[in-house]
Amino acid sequence: MSDTDDIQVRQEPTNGGMILVPIGEIDLSRAPSLRHHLSTALDERPDRLIIDLSEVPYMDSSGVATFVEAMQLARKNGAKLILCGLQDRVRSIFEIARLDTVFTILNDTEEARSA
Amino acid sequence: MSTHPTEPTGPPQLELEMLSQSRLLAPARAMTGTFAQRLGFNEIECGQISLALDEALCNFINHGYNKREDGCIKISVWDLETDPSGLMILVEDRARQVDPASIRPRELDDIRPGGLGVHLIREIMDSVLYEHREGGGMRLSMTKQISSSERRPAHASASRCEGRPTS
Repeated sequence: MSDTDDIQVRQEPTNGGMILVPIGEIDLSRAPSLRHHLSTALDERPDRLIIDLSEVPYMDSSGVATFVEAMQLARKNGAKLILCGLQDRVRSIFEIARLDTVFTILNDTEEARSA
Repeated sequence: MSTHPTEPTGPPQLELEMLSQSRLLAPARAMTGTFAQRLGFNEIECGQISLALDEALCNFINHGYNKREDGCIKISVWDLETDPSGLMILVEDRARQVDPASIRPRELDDIRPGGLGVHLIREIMDSVLYEHREGGGMRLSMTKQISSSERRPAHASASRCEGRPTS
């Protein structure tokens, strides 16, 4: 994987868990890097993992697949995985894939913290 | 999904040959999305057209070339010059051929990672056709027309090049 394929992810602690903020487009080239960030975060066994997607302007099915994997791992670990801050373009792919009802999708981190 | 229209007889307005490398998805998306925007598609439609192309390229890279990075993929885009505006995107590779009938969306009730690309392409585009490419490889042609009541602005029509460059 080259440096350009790495996705920047900001990490913030929150009560009982962690907030991850990926920055930039998520496609086939960056999904492996995102997968690494998500699995590392879940390895720390947080009660709650909030993914703030407000700084992701584009995502393809490789990104969606990565979040499906993370959701399954979170369930196995007894953690709650919440997506929030989805831009319209990103929200539409979850809707077309009919995954918008499978994930917990909230408006913003404030809502996610209190969910 | 409507019947697949006849392929345009003239040369495409845009052509791009790329290697089967995932880092090249972003420029391919940008090229096609910008072209769709100039034809009058709205922002959401442009994003979805880019997504359909992205998913097609991912499938060619992952399944056609088995993630090899030295394969060749050609993208051609036509302004269909219809009212409302429409475009056709043709994606071709020189990888292994598969039965076009076997390229089908999977059952969405089965929640698992992967396998969503074909479903997304078929949901987004108006017509989708997989075929064997003459001389080897696969070809995917897909079309989309503006679905809203928006009409092509008079200045938005993409003009054709007079001659086709010789290669």
